Amino acid sequence: MHEKTVEAGVLEPCLEMKGLDFWYGDTQALKGIDLVVPRHRITALIGPSGCGKSTVLRCINRMNELIEGTRHEGRIVLDGRDIFDDDVDPVALRRHIGMVFQKPNPFPKSIYDNIAYGVRLSRKVGKTEMDRVVQDALEKAHLWDEVKDRLKSPATGLSGGQQQRLCIARALAVKPRVLLMDEPCSALDPIATAKIEDLLLELRDEVTIIIVTHSMQQAARVSDYTAFFYLGELIEHGPTRRIFESPNEQLTERYITGRFG
Amino acid sequence: MTTPGPFAPDAALRRRQTKEKLAQGLLFTASSMSVLILAVLLGRLLWDGLPAIDWGFLTAKYSPLALLTGTTGIGDAIVASAVILVFTMLFAVPLGVAGAIYLNEYAPKGRLTRMIETTIANLAGVPSVVYGLLGLAIFVRFLQVGANMLAAALTLGVLILPIIIVSSQEALRAVPNQLRDASFGLGATKWQTVRHHVLPYALPGILTGNILALSRAAGETAPLLVIGLPVYTTMVGVGPLDPGTPLQTRIFFLASDPRATVQELAAGAVVVLLAVTLLLNLAAIVLRHRLSKRIKW
Amino acid sequence: MTRTKTSEGTAPVDRGVPLFGRKSIDVGARGADALMRGVFFLGGVFVLFVAAAIVWVLLDNSVGFFSFVSPVEFFFHDVWHAVEGANAQYGIWPLVSGTLLVAAGAALIGLPLGLATAIYLAEYASPRIRGFLKPVIEVLAGIPSIVFGFFALAVISPLVQGATAPGTFLGGLFGNAGVFSAANAMIVVGIMVLPIVTSISEDALRSVPQHLREASLALGATRWETVRNVVLPSAVSGVAASFVLAVSRAIGETMAVTMAAGTQAKLTANPVDAIQTMTAFIAQKTSGDTPHQGPGFLSLFAVGAALFAFTFIMNVLAQRFVRRYREVET
Repeated sequence: MHEKTVEAGVLEPCLEMKGLDFWYGDTQALKGIDLVVPRHRITALIGPSGCGKSTVLRCINRMNELIEGTRHEGRIVLDGRDIFDDDVDPVALRRHIGMVFQKPNPFPKSIYDNIAYGVRLSRKVGKTEMDRVVQDALEKAHLWDEVKDRLKSPATGLSGGQQQRLCIARALAVKPRVLLMDEPCSALDPIATAKIEDLLLELRDEVTIIIVTHSMQQAARVSDYTAFFYLGELIEHGPTRRIFESPNEQLTERYITGRFG
Repeated sequence: MTTPGPFAPDAALRRRQTKEKLAQGLLFTASSMSVLILAVLLGRLLWDGLPAIDWGFLTAKYSPLALLTGTTGIGDAIVASAVILVFTMLFAVPLGVAGAIYLNEYAPKGRLTRMIETTIANLAGVPSVVYGLLGLAIFVRFLQVGANMLAAALTLGVLILPIIIVSSQEALRAVPNQLRDASFGLGATKWQTVRHHVLPYALPGILTGNILALSRAAGETAPLLVIGLPVYTTMVGVGPLDPGTPLQTRIFFLASDPRATVQELAAGAVVVLLAVTLLLNLAAIVLRHRLSKRIKW
Repeated sequence: MTRTKTSEGTAPVDRGVPLFGRKSIDVGARGADALMRGVFFLGGVFVLFVAAAIVWVLLDNSVGFFSFVSPVEFFFHDVWHAVEGANAQYGIWPLVSGTLLVAAGAALIGLPLGLATAIYLAEYASPRIRGFLKPVIEVLAGIPSIVFGFFALAVISPLVQGATAPGTFLGGLFGNAGVFSAANAMIVVGIMVLPIVTSISEDALRSVPQHLREASLALGATRWETVRNVVLPSAVSGVAASFVLAVSRAIGETMAVTMAAGTQAKLTANPVDAIQTMTAFIAQKTSGDTPHQGPGFLSLFAVGAALFAFTFIMNVLAQRFVRRYREVET
């Protein structure tokens, strides 16, 4: 049913990849990826290690360009604009696309300054406004109540799960349209993981989320759509329930049922 | 499409990107300064010094008469440098490598070991001229060696000892522990293990550190002045108890003479010294490079 | 293991050679092992003798010096005139000021250039540029100080004299420099400490985890913003260590300063003046024919002790910084 609505265009596409190829030096990491990511939904990218799912993520905010010797072909269209256009500045682009990494990576600054850092980059913000922005972001990330009394203490003193929620808050504070998450729970315990998954479901209304995950259960729990990658190719893509219950491709089925890692 | 897209830089970002360009340009310029300085330094020294260098310059010994006509040579200085360096290494290498082996292979983790390691770190930071004072008081006067090449070698040896120990320790630390375990597992003693397995494996690394220390000793001047090694002498002996003026002190002597002909000789001597130290450095760099390429297991 | 069992059982045991007692290894190997342990131990503790000898030599002779010259004169008078005879004066301040003047000037040149080079190497340079720049820095670090001294006389001194010649702006501001000036020494020592700053700072910058850079870039920061706000603050103790070590090296540098700055102990802050540093005094005094006794000779050790104290404090400080950034790293 979900699939129908997408096809009918009821769900507005947020991001579209068209024939995306990507190379690290001579090795081709992505082959002709065509993928539509619907707005205000959670799309999970799954597949075995080295299948290219993290590369896809890093193409979207053009972080891959920082590595020497990479190149791409094809297009990624975000809200009607090809992000590889000449007039697109990757720095400007990254303000619209937040990213949360595998390992929580708060800056060695205070909790407050971690959130404020990204906001301050683009404009001067007064103290009262910044206080509000920080509180707002921390509340959205379900962290406010835990840290409101120690905003000035170092972020590195937080637990792993708190740190990761701080990283989410840090990304949300600059009001991105898309949030990229690269296995955000792989370094966390189950309770911390559950908190973050709850958070994602709430954030869906605000931001389009693309999450790379190694855990099939996580994909099934949180995502609306799932894309299965194998050896740099997009094998199958559709509503999560359909992918998990009746995959069209044999490869997808074998992966989902755990017959290869 | 003529309207700027949502991901095009706005005025604020353009300012930030200008800053970025500026920073990058400044950092690049600052980095090029080192290249420029090195080019000017080498270029100027070669320009001044190469014309002075010929076979006669390299072999003739110092004489005050020849200095007057600007034709004196550095042959005796090269010999003195060689004599001093040989005795420096004879003294410092066994002691330094032994110290490194003790610290890395034998020393229990305790107060004595910590004290030795802190001491080495601090000795490495003591100005070379202070080592000169040590040499003057201990070797020249207390042990009555006299202001000769042996005293110079001992002083330089003490000076490069921390360098040898630290670099040899690094080489020993790079030896995989499985190697030691395998040897002990066969019932070898510690010394057998060190001699047959640890040392051969660490040898290239130890060699690299020793070459760098040698190059340091070859150019070190201040301690030699301080112990009272003559800056010129017409006596040419190759025994360690003879006085001798190695290249570096000869340069100091020649450079202090403002006459243009002597300045040219000084430049020539500088080029020779520079060639020796840079070749030693190069050898160490090549050796280290080879080392890093060696297959690891 | 199997033999152990038999020895417990009924099989006959050769009691002459215990199986795993100390004697089971042949005596030669055991003797060699003990001997070598001793040899290596001596190598290890030798540095303690060296350190003790340095401290003893400096202290003992300084005590001798103070039997001729009052500490009040040494520490509080501002004229240094270490000649043989009655009109000698031993106030260390001119030497200290000369040393600090050169070190400050060298720091002004060497620290920013060295740090900028380190940032460029660690954060911007492509592998090809890096492969070229790193050896240049290493070569620069390997050049003996006497060569830099000659370079200062042959190249830097004429430049400084030209820049402060009568009629020039700098000449009007500071006065005219002669062949020897503090400025010569500042510039050449600045060049000499640059590689120290670069190599230690670059190490510190490189040890900042890559994921912190990525976090900043992904938030839409430029590279420079990332360097300034995230990378540099994280590497600050390593950078500080490099600065302190560089200044310590500048204070201890001898030959280049002896050849470039002159031999006049003078209390001044003017870079065009000829001055004398603590190290240059020691080198100059000993290279003359000084009798090995009396206050003139002993003053070498008093100055040496002061020099040792300066550099020792700075090195301890640098080790503190290094330890701190090693801790952050792990």
